[in-house]
Amino acid sequence: MDLNFTPEEQDFRTEVRNWLADNLPEDLATKTRNDAPLTKDDMVRWQVILNDKGWLTYGWPTEFGGAGWGPVKQFIFEDEMARACAPRILPFGLKMLAPVLMKFGSKEQQDHYLPRMCDGTDWWCQGYSEPGAGSDLASLKTAAVRSGDHYVVNGQKTWTTLGQYADWIFCLVRTSKEGKPQEGISFLLIDMKSPGIEVRPIRTIDGGHEVNEVFFTDVKVPAENLVGEENKGWTYAKYLLTHERTNIAGVGKSNQELDRLKALARSQKRGGKPLSEDPLFAARMARVEIDLMNMEITNLRVLAEAEAGGVPGPESSMLKILGTEIEQELTDLTRRALGRSATALTPEVDEPGYNGPHVAPEGFNNATGVYFNHRKTTIYGGSNEIQKNIITKMITGL
Amino acid sequence: MDFTHTDTRRMLADTIERYLRDKYPLAPRVEAGNAAPGFQPAHYEGLAELGVIAALFPEDQGGFGGEGFDIAVVFEELGKRLVNEPALDNALVPGPILAAAGKMDAVEEIIAGSARYALAAEEPQAFYDLTEVETKAVKSGDGYALSGTKSVVKYASGCAGFIVSARTDAGISLFLVAPDAIELREYNTVDGGQACEITLDGAPGEMLVEDGASALDAASGRAIVALSAEALGIMATIREMTIDYLRQRKQFGVPIGKFQALQHRMAEMLLEIEQARSAVINAAAALEKPQPERDRVLAATKYSIGRIGRLVAEESIQMHGGIGMTWEFDLGHFAKRLILIDHEWGDQDFHLARFINASRAA
Repeated sequence: MDLNFTPEEQDFRTEVRNWLADNLPEDLATKTRNDAPLTKDDMVRWQVILNDKGWLTYGWPTEFGGAGWGPVKQFIFEDEMARACAPRILPFGLKMLAPVLMKFGSKEQQDHYLPRMCDGTDWWCQGYSEPGAGSDLASLKTAAVRSGDHYVVNGQKTWTTLGQYADWIFCLVRTSKEGKPQEGISFLLIDMKSPGIEVRPIRTIDGGHEVNEVFFTDVKVPAENLVGEENKGWTYAKYLLTHERTNIAGVGKSNQELDRLKALARSQKRGGKPLSEDPLFAARMARVEIDLMNMEITNLRVLAEAEAGGVPGPESSMLKILGTEIEQELTDLTRRALGRSATALTPEVDEPGYNGPHVAPEGFNNATGVYFNHRKTTIYGGSNEIQKNIITKMITGL
Repeated sequence: MDFTHTDTRRMLADTIERYLRDKYPLAPRVEAGNAAPGFQPAHYEGLAELGVIAALFPEDQGGFGGEGFDIAVVFEELGKRLVNEPALDNALVPGPILAAAGKMDAVEEIIAGSARYALAAEEPQAFYDLTEVETKAVKSGDGYALSGTKSVVKYASGCAGFIVSARTDAGISLFLVAPDAIELREYNTVDGGQACEITLDGAPGEMLVEDGASALDAASGRAIVALSAEALGIMATIREMTIDYLRQRKQFGVPIGKFQALQHRMAEMLLEIEQARSAVINAAAALEKPQPERDRVLAATKYSIGRIGRLVAEESIQMHGGIGMTWEFDLGHFAKRLILIDHEWGDQDFHLARFINASRAA
């Protein structure tokens, strides 16, 4: 066994690291490090910088203009991005829709949509979840009825992440009520400017606005916006989900959060001594650090298998559970490390022009908000309970 | 990055697996583990003949392995079949100490399986800390006279010699003591095996290693890799037994594995076992790394094995229901060994503290 990356992979890591040091705007890194909300402009700005370098579509095959990197290089790239506190690349267009279009879309759809999602022309959001269809996605009800050369869409989507900025939404819609619930679903691309679409913000417990409800009332969608075949959308949706999981464990992000927590624990005092020397707190930090060390190897094992051509089965569900639980534990410890100052509701402190009191150390003014925000990670992307069902089903065959 | 074993190690694993599958059923093992000497000498010799012991030693000591992954491969296979032969206590741990002292004849005998030695390092008050030593060694003629008590020395009866830690003016040193100079009180252990309490009363000892603390630390590293890999092997077997049981056992007309309450427990266990495997890989790779990284990883691994081992033992018994509580059913014997591994070479709390200290030094 050899736990080291190859010299070529290590050189690649250095190249990415150096490039990020030179090209990642400091203001974006600071915002990301401090978990401050990023504006649409922030996200698009970073996307354009990456696109100019040719690294935005790093997961795409070369025939579609991607970098053509294998799983290991993609992992290294994402790891370095997380360590450098680069804003995350929104997955909806580039990582979710793009692979579906490449595999199942028409030539026209590929030629039209793929370049536009790279240069920032189109902001995509995802229309999967519905109020009655969360983890049980197949029970979705939003209906698309064919009428001449278009579909008429009625229904409601929810938890639409950053849908407030979106130009387009890719939706799973019901085109048939025959057979099993999975059999009557189609995959439709819908222009958010279409008449009959209404986006309503959902304010989350941390006070933020990340997710939305999207209502469709007699929305006319051209028939050519159907991806693949009618009633085959479930197949495409499942294909999309396998592409959602390349770096699901978030090792880089959690390592960065752990470093930040350790620095905080060294600067905070309890009983006149650094909090990092408090036995109980040190034990809590050590436990999550060890779990993270183990998960890093677990992730690399899955990666090595993927690089050799294996398709991750229950492993990606395992990584999702481990990754999200570790992430949540870290946000919990960061909140605790702040003691009483974690109670102040001052998320705007780090914004320009703020003139009020400073309670928590710089960069940690929204730590409790971040903690509450991270409760979502064990719920979204198929709740951790659903992942456990998948693991046992795949391993026991029951 | 490559997570596959070399061909040599894979062949070694296959050889051990085949031997154990053909010749090592559980029932005689359990019986032997509950009587003297706590194991089956014919199997110990058989394994030595296969090269199992030689694989634990480097070439310059007469073996053909000795690296972290050699140790891990051997002990994972032994764990899968719940082997309680003293390869760890009577070979892996004492061998390199004797080799460092130039006792190559003894090492040769160890590798051949014809002689066994035991390390007597832990004391009743030590609570896993091998530097907590009250046994004293005083100069006496050409050698030393040792006095003190040592506890839970595994597979000590029948050993050709004892490596005893004792305080000298220099600190903690290791001495070779002949068996007839020691009073042994033997007993069986919960997991099926044998151990002794030892009393030394002016026993003559020959100085082996002056800097005993470093030698013990090195031995502890090897033991942690071995024990953790053994635990992983045990977990792999428990995993298979539990999956089978979830498929076969019916209640309310369906296999119990259909019930979500059990599925979620099982999923948790399965992913934690993967974490345990990662921990073992980490430890095997870190064995020769410089300090404090070596300590940090070994402590992290033994902590992980302690935590996950307990989870796997308890959850698998729970999922098996009443049958899991019976002596007759194999599972419980695997679970007992898994739990007791946490009591050897430092439990999870001991190693969590060690991890914190090593991290501070990093």
